[in-house]
Amino acid sequence: MAAGVAAWLPFARAAAIGWMPVANCPMPLAPADKNKRQDELIVLNVSGRRFQTWRTTLERYPDTLLGSTEKEFFFNEDTKEYFFDRDPEVFRCVLNFYRTGKLHYPRYECISAYDDELAFYGILPEIIGDCCYEEYKDRKRENAERLMDDNDSENNQESMPSLSFCQTMWRAFENPHTSTLALVFYYVTGFFIAVSVITNVVETVPCGTVPGSKELPCGERYSVAFFCLDTACVMIFTVEYLLRLFAAPSRYRFIRSVMSIIDVVAIMPYYIGLVMTNNEDVSGAFVTLRVFRVFRIFKFSRHSQGLRILGYTLKSCASELGFLLFSLTMAIIIFATVMFYAEKGSSASKFTSIPASFWYTIVTMTTLGYGDMVPKTIAGKIFGSICSLSGVLVIALPVPVIVSNFSRIYHQNQRADKRRAQKKARLARIRVAKTGSSNAYLHSKRNGLLNEALELTGTPEEEHMGKTTSLIESQHHHLLHCLEKTTNHEFIDEQMFEQNCMESSMQNYPSTRSPSLSSHPGLTTTCCSRRSKKTTHLPNSNLPATRLRSMQELSTIHIQGSEQPSLTTSRSSLNLKADDGLRPNCKTSQITTAIISIPTPPALTPEGESRPPPASPGPNTNIPSIASNVVKVSAL
Amino acid sequence: MNLEGLEMVAVLVVLALFVKVLEQFGLFEPVSLEDSVDDEFELSTVCHRPEGLEQLQEQTKFTRKELQVLYRGFKNECPSGIVNEENFKQIYSQFFPQGDSSTYATFLFNAFDTNHDGSVSFEDFVAGLSVILRGTVDDRLNWAFNLYDLNKDGCITKEEMLDIMKSIYDMMGKYTYPALREEAPREHVESFFQKMDRNKDGVVTIEEFIESCQKDENIMRSMQLFDNVI
Repeated sequence: MAAGVAAWLPFARAAAIGWMPVANCPMPLAPADKNKRQDELIVLNVSGRRFQTWRTTLERYPDTLLGSTEKEFFFNEDTKEYFFDRDPEVFRCVLNFYRTGKLHYPRYECISAYDDELAFYGILPEIIGDCCYEEYKDRKRENAERLMDDNDSENNQESMPSLSFCQTMWRAFENPHTSTLALVFYYVTGFFIAVSVITNVVETVPCGTVPGSKELPCGERYSVAFFCLDTACVMIFTVEYLLRLFAAPSRYRFIRSVMSIIDVVAIMPYYIGLVMTNNEDVSGAFVTLRVFRVFRIFKFSRHSQGLRILGYTLKSCASELGFLLFSLTMAIIIFATVMFYAEKGSSASKFTSIPASFWYTIVTMTTLGYGDMVPKTIAGKIFGSICSLSGVLVIALPVPVIVSNFSRIYHQNQRADKRRAQKKARLARIRVAKTGSSNAYLHSKRNGLLNEALELTGTPEEEHMGKTTSLIESQHHHLLHCLEKTTNHEFIDEQMFEQNCMESSMQNYPSTRSPSLSSHPGLTTTCCSRRSKKTTHLPNSNLPATRLRSMQELSTIHIQGSEQPSLTTSRSSLNLKADDGLRPNCKTSQITTAIISIPTPPALTPEGESRPPPASPGPNTNIPSIASNVVKVSAL
Repeated sequence: MNLEGLEMVAVLVVLALFVKVLEQFGLFEPVSLEDSVDDEFELSTVCHRPEGLEQLQEQTKFTRKELQVLYRGFKNECPSGIVNEENFKQIYSQFFPQGDSSTYATFLFNAFDTNHDGSVSFEDFVAGLSVILRGTVDDRLNWAFNLYDLNKDGCITKEEMLDIMKSIYDMMGKYTYPALREEAPREHVESFFQKMDRNKDGVVTIEEFIESCQKDENIMRSMQLFDNVI
C-alpha cells in the first residue's frame, strides 16, 4: 500500500458504512487503538542534521527500521531524539520515501553506499520509483560486473591447483596470459593463420611465365610447395580444434559456437579436396569450396579484442542494421521504379528493366556513382538527383546508433582492462595494510604478555614496555588473544607458517610415544635458532612459550619431548604440570594427539584448569626455555 | 521528355510515397505541434484551497486537530486540492487489491460529491466524513440511503440495489471461499428487499429504510463501528 494512501485508510473504513445496511450478519469488532495518542513530531538526528516528521508518517511502513519499534534502540534519552550515525544525504531520500511513498535514487550517490543505507533502514531497493529505477539498475549491473571481475581474478589466483587438466587447458585457450605455454600456443596459431591467409592470396598472383605457356598463377606453378604449406596449416588448425573440443566444458555448446563453426568451415575444404577424386563435375564445386578458406581470417578474432568488440557491436545493433537494410530496400525499389519509367522514353537507355535500375539506384544512393548507367532525360536527371540526396540521408540515420553502441562497448572493455591493470597494485597495497595490522597484533602480543606478567607480578618494569597502544588496539588484541586461547591455536605471520609447512612436510614420522624421540637436536636447534631471532629483552620464560607457540600450526601432531620421566598423555596433565612450580627447564613431555594440535604450554592454557593458575604466566610457566625438544610430526 | 498520362500518375504516386517515407523518418511533420502540448496543463493549474479551519470546524463536528490530520492526508495524495473520479478510484483500489473496486468507488464518489461537479474538494470530503463518523444514527442511515439511491430520486429500486450489490461483490475478487456464484448478488438483493420493503411495492423509500434499519440490531450496532476511526 502506498504511503500517502495510508492516510486515506480512515476514509476507506468510514466509507465501509455503506455496506452495513446490506449485511446480514454482525460485523467483527474494530481493533481498538490502544495507545491512541495525538500525532506527535519526532526528531531524527542523523549525524547532526535534524529531521523532523510526524510519527504517523514513519508508521506508514511498519516493516522498516523507522516504522517499527526498532528505532527505539536509537533513542537518545538525554536529548529526546532518535540519533543515527549515518549519512544524512541518503537519509534525505529515505525520509522522502516515507513522506511521498516514492523512493528516489540520487545520481551522484555511489551505488554500494546507497544500497548499504537502504539495507540499514530495512527498505527494499525494489521499491525505487520508476523515474529512478532504470538508472539504479544500470549502476547496479555495472557494480556487479566489477565485483564479478574482482572475484574472478581473485579466484583465478587462488584456485589454481584445484582445476582439472581439462579446465586448465580450456582456461589456457581462452586466456593466453595464464601460462607461457598458452602464450606460445597463441602466437603459433596466430602465425599459422597469417601464413595460411597469405598463402591463399599469393596463390592467385600471376607468377611470371614458363616459356612455352601462358602466364600461370603461382599456385599452379609451385603447386607442391603450396600444397605442403596448406597441409601444414590445416594440420595445426585441426589439432587446435580437436584440443579445444576436448577441453571444452560443454562440448555441445562449443560445437554450436560461432568460432568453432568458423574453424570447421576453414579446414573443411582441404579435407574435402583430399577425399575428392579428380572428377570434372565435382571439381567445379570444389573450387568454390576453396573460397571458404578465406574464413581462416576470422580466426584472428580470437586474437584481436577489437575485432571481437566489432562483431559484438554488430550483433547488438542487429535491429538498427535491420532497419537500415529495410529502409534502403524500400528506397531502392521506389527509385528504381521511378528511374525506369522516367528513362523509358529515351533511346538506347541502359535502364532496360526495373531490376536493371536497381544497380543504378544502389550506386547512386551510396554516392558511389560509377557512371556506367546515367539518366539522359530531364525527368530522369531530376529523380536521379533526388535519389542521391535521399541516399545520403537514409544511410546517415542509423549509423550514429551503431557508432554509439560500439563506443559504449569499447569503453566498457577499456575500463575492464584498466581495472585489471590497476588491480594488482591495489591488492598489493591492501595486503600490506592488512599485514600491517596483523603484525601489530603479533608484535603487541609479545609485549602484551609482557605487560600481563608485569601487572601481576608487580614488577615495575614499565620501561620495558614497548610503544603504548591505544585502548581500542589493546582491546582488539585482547580479543584476538581470547580467540587464540579458545582454539588453542595461535596467529603467526606468513613466513613462519610457510617455514613450518616445509618443516612438517620434511619430517614425516609416525608419531610415537617414546621419549627417545625427544632427541632431535637438529630440529630443536633450528627451533631454537628461530626462537633466538625473536628474543626480546626479557629473559623470562614466558617468552619462549610464546615463541614456541608461534611455531605451532594446524594439523601437526606436536610432541614435546623432554627428559621428564613421567609421561603424560592427556591434556589434563597440564594441570599437574602447572602444579610443579617454576622450573627453569620444563621437563614435561606431553604428547597431544589432537588433530588440530597445538597443545599450549601448560601454564598458559586457560581451559580445563581446575586449580586457578595465577593468571600471570610468568611464575608458573614450566615451559622449557630452551631445553624442550619439539618434534613436529605431520598429522594424518 | 515524353511523359504520358499514366506515367505522370505513377510519378505523382511515387512522389507522395516519398513524402510519406520522409515523414516516417520524422524529418518534417505536416501536422503542427501546437495542440498536443496544451491539454496536459489543465489539471495542474487548477488548485483548490479549502475554507478556513474555523469555518470547517463550525460546519463539521471534527475537532481542530482532527481536521488538521485529515487535511494533511488529503493534501498529500491530492496536491491540487481536489479529487477527481479517476484519482478517487485509484486511491480506493489500493485498499482492495484482490477485487475490482472501481464501480463501488464510483458510487462512493457520487455520494461524496454532493454538488455533482465531478470533483470532491476537501469540504465535501470532510462533510461526508463528519456525517459518517460524528453524525447521529439517523444521519448515517440517511447517508447510506443516499449512497444506494443512484439516481437520487428518493427511492431505491431493485436494479439500483443490484448494481450496488454487484459492485460490493466485485470487490471480493475471484478467489473467495466459498466460490462466488453468479446468483449471489441477486439473492442478496432479494433478501434485502424482503427485509426493507414494507409495502412490497418493489422500491424502498427513505422512511421504509430507516424504519427497517432501526428494527435491526445488527445494523444499529455496526453503524457505530467506525466511530473512532479518526
